[in-house]
Amino acid sequence: MNEEQLHAYADGLLDREERVRIEAALAASPADAARVNAWMRQNELLRATFSPVLDEPIPGRLRLVPGRRKWLPYAMAAAWVVLGVAIGVGASGLLRDRAAESASLPRRAAVAHAVYSPEVRHPVEVGAAEQEHLVRWLSKRMDSEIKAPLLQPLGYELVGGRLLPGEQGPVAHFMYQDARGQRLTLYVSSRKGNPRDTAFRFSQEGRVAVFYWIDGKLGYALSSELDKATLLKVATSVYQQLNP
Amino acid sequence: MDPDIAQHIPRLRRYARALVGDRYRADDLVQDTLERACRKFHLWRQGSDLRAWLFAVMHNVFVNQVRARRIEVEEFEDAAALPTQMERIDLLDIEKALARLPVEQREVILLVGIEQMGYGEVAKALDVPIGTVMSRLSRARERLRALLSGEPDAAHGANGANLKVVK
Repeated sequence: MNEEQLHAYADGLLDREERVRIEAALAASPADAARVNAWMRQNELLRATFSPVLDEPIPGRLRLVPGRRKWLPYAMAAAWVVLGVAIGVGASGLLRDRAAESASLPRRAAVAHAVYSPEVRHPVEVGAAEQEHLVRWLSKRMDSEIKAPLLQPLGYELVGGRLLPGEQGPVAHFMYQDARGQRLTLYVSSRKGNPRDTAFRFSQEGRVAVFYWIDGKLGYALSSELDKATLLKVATSVYQQLNP
Repeated sequence: MDPDIAQHIPRLRRYARALVGDRYRADDLVQDTLERACRKFHLWRQGSDLRAWLFAVMHNVFVNQVRARRIEVEEFEDAAALPTQMERIDLLDIEKALARLPVEQREVILLVGIEQMGYGEVAKALDVPIGTVMSRLSRARERLRALLSGEPDAAHGANGANLKVVK
C-alpha cells in the first residue's frame, strides 16, 4: 500500500475491494493506522467546525453581486423620482387635510424606496438576522405594535429594516428581496390624527409602484418597481397578515 | 445572479471562511469571486462541473489577493518564527492550526476535507498536477496532526519536509 492509497482510504475515495485490502494492511501496521485515523478525525473536525456556515443566512451583498452594475440606471431613475417627489412633497407640504395625508403617504414611501433600495452595502440599519430586535425596537419607537410580514411564500425574504423620520412622527421601514435581488419596501408611518381606516389604494410614483392604506394609527405603503398586478399579490398578503 | 451560481454560495462561503478565517474578509473573497464568475460566466463550458469551476475562480482571486497582500497570510515557515511552548497549548484550536499551514497546503486539505473533492478535481481547481496535490495533502495532514497533538516538532512540518536545511 502506498501513501496515496492511505489518503484515498481516509477520504472514502476507494471502492469496496481496495478498502478491504487497505484495512487488512493497516491492521498489520499500527503506526500507519494511527496516522490514517488522525487524518479522518481532521476531516471530521474541519467539517464540524465550518459546516455551520452553510446554514447562515447569505448576506445581501453576496446575493446582489452581479446586479451591481445593473443598479446604475435604476439609481439614476430613482434620483429623478426623488427630485420629482421632493418638489411634489414641497408643494403639498402645507396641506393638512385627509386627502393630502393619503396622497403624501405613497410619495414619501416612494422616496424612501428610491433612496434605500439601490443600496448594496448598507440597505438596512438592522439586518434580518436580528429580526426580533428589529421589530421590538421599531415597535417601541413607533409606540405601536409593528410587525414584519412574512413574504417568504411569495419568494421575498426580509433583508432588514430601519427607522426613518416621517411627516407626523417616526416611520418603520422594512426591506425585502427575492432571489434575483428585486427589492420591495414596506413603509409604516405613525399618524397623529384620529384613528381611521381607508381602503386599499394604488399610486404610480415614477418607476415606483405603491399600494397603500391607513389602518387606525398607522399608514402602510408597499413600494417596488414591480408591475402593478405582481405587487398587488404581495400587498394583499401583507394586508391579510396585518389584518387577520 | 444566475441561479446555478447562487446555489453554490453557501459552500463558497464555508470554504472561504476556513481559508481566510475572518468572517468579513471571507465574504469579501466570496463577493470578489462571484463578481468575477459572473463576468466570466461565458467561459464556463455548459455541462461541465460548475462547482469545480467556481472553486477554481475563487482560487485565482485568492492567489491574486495573497500576492497583493490584501489577505495577510500567517505562516510559520522558518524556525525563528516557531511558536513557543506556551503558544502550542493553544493550538488545540483547529482554526489557529489551519492558519499555521502554508496557504497552498491549506487549500488542498480544505478542498479534500471539507468539500470532499476527489484529488483530480482538486488538481483542476488549483491548476496543479495531481502529484503536487498529493504531496501538499500529505504535508498538510502531518503538520496539522503535529500541531493539534502539540508534538514538540509540530511546526517544522512532517519529517522536516518544509524545513530547508542550509549546509
